[in-house]
Amino acid sequence: MLILRCPYCGNDVDETDLAPGGEAHIRRHGPGSTDAELTDYLFQRENPRGVHFERWRHAAGCGKWFHAARATDTLQVFGTYSAQTTEPPQEIRDAITKARPGWSWREFS
Amino acid sequence: MSTRLPSHGRLIDRSAQVTFTFNGATMRGYAGDTLASALLANDRMMVGRSFKYHRPRGVVASGAEEPNALVGLGQGNRFEPNQRATTTELFDGLTAVSQNHWPSLDFDIGAVNTALARFLPAGFYYKMFIHPQPFWKHVYEPFIRKSAGLGRAPDSEARDADTYEHFHVQTDILVIGGGVAGLLAARNAALSGARVLLIEQTAHWGGRAPVDGGTVDGAPVDKFVEQIVSELETMANVTMRLRCMGAGVYDHGYALGYERLTDHDPDAPGPRHRLWRIRARRIVTATGAIERPLSFAGNDVPGVMLAGAMRDYVVNWGVAPGRRVVVATNNDDAYRTAITLKQAGVDVVRVLDARAAGGGALMEEARSLGIRVDPGRAIAKVSGGKRVKKVAICNQDGIGGAREDLSCDAVAMSGGWSPVVHLWSHCGGKLAWDEDRAHFRPDPDRPPLGADGRGFVVTAGAASGALALDAVLDDAAAAGKAAAKAAGHSPRRGKTPRGETTPEAAMEPVWLMPARADTPLRMKSWLDFQNDVKVSDVQLAAREGYESVEHTKRYTTLGMATDQGKLSNINGLAILADALEAEIPKVGTTTFRPPYTPISMGAIAGEARGEVFQPIRRTPMHDWHERNGADWEPVGHWRRPFTYLRPGETVHDAVNREVKNTRENLGLLDASTLGKLVVKGPDAGRFLDMMYTNMMSTLKVGKCRYGLMCSENGFLIDDGVVARIDEDTWLCHTTTGGAEHIHAHMEEWLQTEWWDWKVHVANLTEQYAQVAVVGPNARKVLETLGGMDLSKEALAFMEWKDGRIGEFDARVYRISFSGELSYEIAVPASKGQAFWDALIEAGRAFGVMPYGTECLHILRAEKGFIMIGDETDGTVIPQDLGLSWAISKKKEDFLGKRAQQRSHMTDPNRWKLVGLETVDGSVLPDGAYAVGEGVNANGQRNTVGRVTSTYHSANLGRGIAMGLVLNGPDRMGEVLEFPGTDGTVFKAKIVDPVVYDKDGEKQNV
Amino acid sequence: MRHYSAFAVAREALRHHTGWERAWRSPEPKRRYDVIIVGAGGHGLATAYYLGKNYGIQNVAVIEKGWLGGGNTGRNTTIIRSNYLQDPSAAIYEKSRSLYEHLSQDLNYNLMFSPRGVMMLAQTQNEVRGYKRTAHANALQGVTTEWISPQRVKELVPIINLDGPRYPVLGALWQARAGTARHDALAWGYARACSAMGMDIIQQCEVTGVRSDNGHVKGVETTRGPIDCDKLGIVVAGHSGVLAEMAGFRLPIESVALQALVSEPIKPCMDVVVMANTVHGYMSQSDKGEMVIGGGADGYNNYTQRGSFHHVEETVRALVETFPMISRLKMLRQWGGIVDMTGDRSPILSKTPLGGCFINCGWGTGGFKAIPGSGWGMAQLMATGHSPLTEAFTLDRFAEGRFIDESVAAGVAH
Repeated sequence: MLILRCPYCGNDVDETDLAPGGEAHIRRHGPGSTDAELTDYLFQRENPRGVHFERWRHAAGCGKWFHAARATDTLQVFGTYSAQTTEPPQEIRDAITKARPGWSWREFS
Repeated sequence: MSTRLPSHGRLIDRSAQVTFTFNGATMRGYAGDTLASALLANDRMMVGRSFKYHRPRGVVASGAEEPNALVGLGQGNRFEPNQRATTTELFDGLTAVSQNHWPSLDFDIGAVNTALARFLPAGFYYKMFIHPQPFWKHVYEPFIRKSAGLGRAPDSEARDADTYEHFHVQTDILVIGGGVAGLLAARNAALSGARVLLIEQTAHWGGRAPVDGGTVDGAPVDKFVEQIVSELETMANVTMRLRCMGAGVYDHGYALGYERLTDHDPDAPGPRHRLWRIRARRIVTATGAIERPLSFAGNDVPGVMLAGAMRDYVVNWGVAPGRRVVVATNNDDAYRTAITLKQAGVDVVRVLDARAAGGGALMEEARSLGIRVDPGRAIAKVSGGKRVKKVAICNQDGIGGAREDLSCDAVAMSGGWSPVVHLWSHCGGKLAWDEDRAHFRPDPDRPPLGADGRGFVVTAGAASGALALDAVLDDAAAAGKAAAKAAGHSPRRGKTPRGETTPEAAMEPVWLMPARADTPLRMKSWLDFQNDVKVSDVQLAAREGYESVEHTKRYTTLGMATDQGKLSNINGLAILADALEAEIPKVGTTTFRPPYTPISMGAIAGEARGEVFQPIRRTPMHDWHERNGADWEPVGHWRRPFTYLRPGETVHDAVNREVKNTRENLGLLDASTLGKLVVKGPDAGRFLDMMYTNMMSTLKVGKCRYGLMCSENGFLIDDGVVARIDEDTWLCHTTTGGAEHIHAHMEEWLQTEWWDWKVHVANLTEQYAQVAVVGPNARKVLETLGGMDLSKEALAFMEWKDGRIGEFDARVYRISFSGELSYEIAVPASKGQAFWDALIEAGRAFGVMPYGTECLHILRAEKGFIMIGDETDGTVIPQDLGLSWAISKKKEDFLGKRAQQRSHMTDPNRWKLVGLETVDGSVLPDGAYAVGEGVNANGQRNTVGRVTSTYHSANLGRGIAMGLVLNGPDRMGEVLEFPGTDGTVFKAKIVDPVVYDKDGEKQNV
Repeated sequence: MRHYSAFAVAREALRHHTGWERAWRSPEPKRRYDVIIVGAGGHGLATAYYLGKNYGIQNVAVIEKGWLGGGNTGRNTTIIRSNYLQDPSAAIYEKSRSLYEHLSQDLNYNLMFSPRGVMMLAQTQNEVRGYKRTAHANALQGVTTEWISPQRVKELVPIINLDGPRYPVLGALWQARAGTARHDALAWGYARACSAMGMDIIQQCEVTGVRSDNGHVKGVETTRGPIDCDKLGIVVAGHSGVLAEMAGFRLPIESVALQALVSEPIKPCMDVVVMANTVHGYMSQSDKGEMVIGGGADGYNNYTQRGSFHHVEETVRALVETFPMISRLKMLRQWGGIVDMTGDRSPILSKTPLGGCFINCGWGTGGFKAIPGSGWGMAQLMATGHSPLTEAFTLDRFAEGRFIDESVAAGVAH
């Protein structure tokens, strides 16, 4: 039973009030993209045992989507932040580095 | 003989006698008894049979760890199997029956397994019953199933007479366990101002301390308990609950409490169990320790009991489980039992201390009372079938020879104490092996980690491995403060109460008694009493290569009984480690899983039963439908009338009546469940162009357009009519089941992809009641009500308009899902019923009838309109359904466009939508497949199509159907074969999907 | 290999069972094998077994990081059925089910396969239609199923409540020859048979790298040294992504926790397996007497083998409605398993971009029932380069949009 802080409400929210939305920071590939790009976009997923960035929606609350940086092995939450960004903010990356020096995820570290 | 003593019994009220029955025999006990103590007081030594060999089983423990004394409690709708007698509080009128025997407890046919035990070692069933193949299912398995299982199942039609509820609680600190450690930890935590919830599984505060004795700051420990409980009771930030067990610890500080409210008083009002769903910043587990049995031959005979439990029965309930007791131990604590027994007037025949040097001060105290102590001695074997008759004793350091017989009727055993680490471990807390005390204890450096990456559980007292009273109090005081600090509060400095108790000499691990017991003895030395796992079984598993602790557990079933190995785990591990010549910590433990002890399904389900299992969504006209014969169909969380049954009518008749009447006169459909999403803003048009395959931005104000929505993966997910309300505003209708998830789908794209677009989406589904007024008389009935002009000229097909109908503010959409002249009219939800009534009233002159979803389906199928969920199933794209006209060629992009360009999506051999007309007019079976020639590489019949919708059309007097067929649109007139599941084959011709009013004249009048 | 029989057990009883030999050897790894299978779960061991039995390839090592059968093979709810809708699924699951029928005899190890019947309840009109469609499909696939009435459901499952206030039972899809088996025994039985063929099962040996040369696999690095091979099979549910990365390719997979629980054991009260997909719960009674209950999966990546209590709550709530008499039974134990979910929720049994390297993963919630069929197909694919059982389950189907979607039949693929 996870707790995540909704960055919009500022509340610590129970997992039962949230809807998980899979991997964060995926770039959309529409018309004009190659089959490989499309397949990556739709199906290939990071599946790390460790630091992960993912999307959540405060479904039974404010309804807003947000992002979380979380460890899939310990379920530690490094922080949550706005969904309206294409990459994790520096303070989130710093928080991860503090807990897990040397981490990397896709092109981020 | 087990009897009630004239003295002792701190928990019973001798002035309140209680009557109960066991296997039909009436017995008496006292208020404050447990069922176990009352049974023992009535000399009921044997209370059940074991799982595998059906051996006689007696009470071995006094609390939640009890593996043997399981009974069926109550009757009828209150019958409950497998209830532990040791944790069942006695009440007047309690009825209990013993389990796992036939025909009776004393004479059990299944006990033949005991005689055959030699042929039924661990894992025997993997090696036997292999031939002949059908025999497992039909001969062996039924026999094994019948002799397995424990309690009888409740009756098939039993309906639990009790209710259950959930509490949702947030607290700074949860303290689990109300012994001295939990009480002190709770107090120290609470003094910081933190909110504290303290729960205790039994009906009493203080835990074992009042039985074990000792002093706190010079006063008897029970005084300390009284004092600290009353102190806690005055603290506003402390909540305390007895009979509330810490059942499980989950991620991020989530925990479950299982409160048994009326199990001890079934006639009391209110729920039976309450599940506490707790979110705590920090959790303190003060869960105490559990004594380990000793492994000697016959350690399972009724009358052999844990030494601490025997002491509990004397001190707490004034019950002596025997008159002549032999005590076997490897530690000093069991001397407390010997002393207690002696002081209560019970004959302590001998204390067998497996340690060559014997014990310390407690041993001396016992000796001074005249108890004979034999150091270095052990039990070779206990004799007796249904109760202990004698023990043969021998040297511990030997194979069990040179025995001396001692006559006795009970045996108290102690193999040392293990901390209760379950709750610590549930969420990933790691354990450390304590060599001195031969137990696993929580490793404070590797706690379960919370959301912040820090440990969120601390242990207190015996649960930490601190077993003596002084150490318990020191540890608990620190734990309470540490938890408060970690939860963000400042603990107060203060003196820690000083505990004093007789110091103990070191224990010595004894995993087998005697140490080199021969094979016949090992085959009688039980590890798991309920599942009948013996020392020899674990050794066999190791010999056969089932070396990991999980293999051994699963191969032998060690620790898999209802006590989940509370008594057997460590002993079994030690035997396994010995067999593998490995160290115990290297072998490791099995995983501890919630719950700590079993919790009722009723409590887990809580209040959500019957009508409130899942709330039903109701349209404003729901009750009218109910009163008028609605045959309900669940659709999403709604109920919609499938049809309206008149007295004496079948469902089929009713549907046909509605179909004909709607085509010929006038039908009303409650369409309120259809999703109604308002999409508004300067970028709304651009946004809808991405959402829909059609071009929505060019739709003119006042017009409607049928739209298709695809997933980004290309598949059709929803459809509906979109109306442009004004320059900035569109109203999108979705399917009934789609309103919420299409709303969510839109929000997702708006918030996570195009967050700079200025668009708002609102779900107005429940703000409006919507009625489809359908049929040749539709306009007439509306004109009768008066108001806005609804003539063909004023409101053309696929237009909408606001206005008044009769006395109602209405928005009228001239759209049709039936092919008839049709108006879908939305009025404020609060006016829905009145508007419906007005239509029914005015409609009488025009032959009005309400119609249900099945009629809706038939009418649309006659027109070849697709239905999401029928023609689509998540694998269908609009191009399959002849809907290419609804896919904009002008747009560069929309969701799903790119995906629809993949090779499999553009494959000319995709199955396409057609109509299907049976050659003989019959109705095609739903879901039938059309067969092609031959079979595929896996021997499966090749198929060339399938039925997606099939109905009897009352208008055409024959079956109609739609389906997806390989190259279907190019094969008009061809006849396909559709095998049924019963051997019949249906033949159907490929036709145009539109079979009624092909030119659409009826809807355009 | 010592033959198991009642006679052997009786003979051993006379000497207190001191003469039993190891069920499988515990060898040191050799320098080289023809084939290495990574992962000694059910699927990996079955692949090795059929490589030996069907193709005579016996110079095989099965390498396991932990203990054999220690993953999802021993964590599932043991349901075996083949009433799938799509042809490729029905083919592999039916192959599997039919192998289960005689597997105890084949392996000389009693797996307690119990074809007691599996029913999938229809509780909405959509489910009725979906299951009727499945019944039609199954008839053409050679899978024996039938659509049964609510009355027949009640006869088969007396403890069911047909008239729940929310979701009445409208009928069921019934597969009489489906059932359950003892999950651990499957791994143990295959392991014993593989070992008897001379294959090496190497436990406590973690693969740390995949070696390749010129686009073709050469061997693996392990915590017990490098081992060479000609062909490599990666069969490591829950860790597939990690191994794939070592082999230089990516997978369309996410790992999530799936919940299950058992009640305390009671005397027999339910003889068949019941699945209720609308309310997300399924239940059977084990030979031990426990009610074995499966529930939902978390929707987020998780490797902890724990899960959230609310899934247990949802499942139990639904089952108390469906089987009211369980209200006074007690939950004994809940646990989580980590399952690999693919983009279409169907497995991947495929060649990979690395020559000689094959992958079997993505079984999601349905892997146990598939073990013999999956092993059979993978062995064929690895030995001959092609198998009709696996050909639809390739990695490249995602790029082509050629999905195998079982959720179509309103059923959750448990």
